[in-house]
Amino acid sequence: MHEWSIVQTLLSEVERHARARGARAVHRLQLRVGALSGVEIALLETAWETFRERTCCEGAALEIERVPARWSCPRCRVELASGALLRCGRCGASAQLESGDEIVLARIEMEVAGAAEVRSATTGEGS
Amino acid sequence: MCDTCGCGDHEIVAVDVHASLLAANDRRARHNREHLRADGTLALNLMGSPGCGKTALLEATARRRGSGLRLAAISGDLATDRDAQRLRAAGIPSVGITTGSACHLDARMVHEALHDLPAEGIDLLFIENVGNLVCPAIYDLGQERNVVMVSVTEGEDKPLKYPVMFRKADLVLVAKTDLLPALPDFRLDLLRENLARVMPDPRAVVLSARSGEGMGAWLAWLDEALRELRAPGSPGRHERKDRPGVAGS
Repeated sequence: MHEWSIVQTLLSEVERHARARGARAVHRLQLRVGALSGVEIALLETAWETFRERTCCEGAALEIERVPARWSCPRCRVELASGALLRCGRCGASAQLESGDEIVLARIEMEVAGAAEVRSATTGEGS
Repeated sequence: MCDTCGCGDHEIVAVDVHASLLAANDRRARHNREHLRADGTLALNLMGSPGCGKTALLEATARRRGSGLRLAAISGDLATDRDAQRLRAAGIPSVGITTGSACHLDARMVHEALHDLPAEGIDLLFIENVGNLVCPAIYDLGQERNVVMVSVTEGEDKPLKYPVMFRKADLVLVAKTDLLPALPDFRLDLLRENLARVMPDPRAVVLSARSGEGMGAWLAWLDEALRELRAPGSPGRHERKDRPGVAGS
């Protein structure tokens, strides 16, 4: 049930961004969750519904993009079939995970008072 | 412009964050790792199902290590301090972390526990995680290596059922082989094949803490990992994809 602690991190991250911009409300969140991230999306959604009450995310929509696990050969760049042995059939190299282990807060859409001058903003990662 | 009431004084702003939701834990884990490396301590995150034999393995490791290396342990448990007590009785200075309802250790808990261990002179630090093949996999603790244990009574398909956990393993220990005579259907070759479907570079040691089978290979792997950690100019290599293969064992 680590999904509960992940949602708490999510809420505090969103809260931080919302406060920094003086947001009146948060409308939408976009997450990317990999098939090998260890996060169960159904549990994440349950935790989200539970913990977002009385937070800035109370009325927000949560969109979760599921990222499939993609393995490829680091030398030949050939992609491996899912469920296959994780070794390149051509050169024998150990496969490399290209994507599918991420748990990422991609985007927050929020309502900002008097923000006519800003329509889109980008923040540095891991700030 | 607001379409609902026409008040005209607020807007929707999209903020592209693109930050991992584990970033705070990962930052604390890096901090732990820096300290452990600076002390030359090899930290191992030992994970596996409840009852797979993690504590018994550490007891047997302490018996065979004698006074050669200084061992210490941090052990996580939901409700008791029993594992830490067993380890202390086996001569391993140990701190127990009672996690309550938390199903895994995280970097902050390990950081606090580190303050309760001897400050210096630890060669091998075993972080015995909460018995669980799911949640502990996603939390970096600052370890140098991940060791995942699976006992022969758990069957051959555990790697396929828990690919997230096994993918993170630098070493898999297949434990309790002394029970094999009672398990005529168990197929080690099938377990190895399943590991190769979830681990790009599978390494396994087959052992029994009770009979001692395979303990030599386990201790040799520990020695090799410690040598790598302390090699001159070693950057410390916890990311397995950056690490050249370890010969032998």
